[in-house]
Order: sequence, then C-alpha cells, then structure tokens
Amino acid sequence: MTARGLFSTASLRRSLMALLILCLGAPLLAQQSLPPAPYANRQLDDPAQEAVAQELMASLRCLECQSQAINDSNSPMAGDMRHQVRIRIAAGEDPEAIRAWLMDRYGDYVSYTPQVSATTWPLFVVPLLLLLVAGAIFWRRFGKRA
Amino acid sequence: MSGWRLWVPLMLFAGFIGVAGYQLSQPKNEFIESRMVGRELPYFALRPATTDRPGIASAQFSDGQPRLLNIWASWCVPCVAEAPYLEQLKEQGAAIVGVAIRDRPEDVARFLERHGNPYTAIGSDDLSEVQFAIGSSGVPETFVIDGQGRITHQHIGDIRESDVPVLLEKLREAGA
Repeated sequence: MTARGLFSTASLRRSLMALLILCLGAPLLAQQSLPPAPYANRQLDDPAQEAVAQELMASLRCLECQSQAINDSNSPMAGDMRHQVRIRIAAGEDPEAIRAWLMDRYGDYVSYTPQVSATTWPLFVVPLLLLLVAGAIFWRRFGKRA
Repeated sequence: MSGWRLWVPLMLFAGFIGVAGYQLSQPKNEFIESRMVGRELPYFALRPATTDRPGIASAQFSDGQPRLLNIWASWCVPCVAEAPYLEQLKEQGAAIVGVAIRDRPEDVARFLERHGNPYTAIGSDDLSEVQFAIGSSGVPETFVIDGQGRITHQHIGDIRESDVPVLLEKLREAGA
C-alpha cells in the first residue's frame, strides 16, 4: 500500500468509524448495572470471622472466570459468592459446611481443596507409590553396603 | 544390570507423553453441570422483576404442571439470541418462568419490550442466590421442572433452534 493509499479519505473514514463503534460498544458489557452485593467487597466487622471467610474464599473457585479464586476475581458472580460466604460465616456457619453446600451443587469444580474421590484418588496414591519406589531403589543401591 | 532395564525410564516417559498428548487432544468440557438435577427445587421466593408479571416462589412449582425455569438477564448478550426460541417454545405450549439475575426493573422491561416476553412470571435474583441454590453457573441456563417441583434437566447456554424439540421432549417426559 502506498502512503497516499494509507491516508486516503476512505480509509480515514473507516478508522474513525471503527473508533466510534468501539466507544459506543462499551455499554453493551454493562453487567454492573446493580451495585455489588453488600458483603461482596466489605469486610466483616469481626476480624476473626473475616479471617475465616478470607481463608475459605481463597479456596473457592469462581464459576464464570478463568481459574481464579473468588477472592481474586472482579466478576459480579464472584462478588455474589463472597457475599454468600461472608453472611454465612457471620451467621455462625462452619466454613467446611459452606464448601460442602457449594460442592453439593457444583461438584469438585468449585473447590480448590481436593477431596479423595473416585476420580481424584491417584493424586494421593501416586506420590506415595513413587516415594516407596524411590526408597526401594536407594535401599538397593546404598543400603546393602552398610 | 541387564540391558532391558535401561529402557524402563524412557518407556515410562513415553507413556506419560502419550497420555498427556491424548488428553490434550480431547475437547474440554467447559460446562459445569448442576448436581441438583434429579432433586427437589430448593426453597426460594423472589419479588417481581417487572411490573406486568408476578414474582416466583418455589412452592408454585408443585401444582402438577411442568415448567421451564429460564435463568437470564437483560445485560446478557446470548439471552438476546435465545429470545426467539423461547418464544417458539411458548407457542408450542411450554410454560416458562424467568429468573432475572442482577437486574433493574427498567432494564428488564426494556429487554422484554424489545425481544418479546414469553414468561408467565419473572422473579428478580439480585444476589444470585437462587442461581447458587440450583447449581447454575451462568446466564442463560434453562432448567426443566416437573409438576412435583423436581429438577429433571439442565440446559447450559443459549437455546438454539435444535434445542427447541429437545426441551419440548424433556417437558413431555416431565409429564406435560
């Protein structure tokens, strides 16, 4: 393309149009028309309870983001989940009961703390086996000399 | 040490590469399926999301009529795409109730005016509480609820043309 072609009125008009569309397109993504849930971004008054809530939120997975914990995500749904966690902790619910409630609905996906189950048992068994094998090899190599 | 044993680590490594390669070539399932399918609808009561339709409560679902429970929002782009197919479902006899997620009444009204209103009732879920309670992880999603208030099917994502007969069949199975 020549320099004249690059700055021709038609291409200039096209770029201006694209810019305009970009500016007008933004309101389409206005998911935040409602303010965030009351306890989405507000800490609990009791620091001990807030600490418990923080610990749980760091190990719950946001449902609509790319592999982020809910305490690490700006998505409105993660905010609503933080609200759920905080009001339930404030009401005296056990954090593991909240995790269980969510896993009862969303399965293993929602939790970053793996539990032993039909699909996850190799996670726990394989490292033990590897340790045993490594131990056996070391014993054969070095143990006999002693 | 005999010769074949030297190859064992390489074989293990090749096996690992094989498994990893196979898994990487498999399409990833992006959907988080609800574990609530097959179970009773949890308790909820939602205020009306708009002035010309009533709100919804979980107790209403046990009146013998199977329904579609459509989770949507006026700010959700795929919800626009599925609007005509919800209309088709309604024309073919499906009873549809809506749950509007994090929405304002005026936005809901504008959406319905523009894209049609196939709902008999719409509840407003400002904190995504009903969404969490039924194990839905986004908008839009559509649940089939039988006449006893039991969840029998979950459709994740927008309803396309090919999903209309499937949902009608699921409603029939649920006793419509």
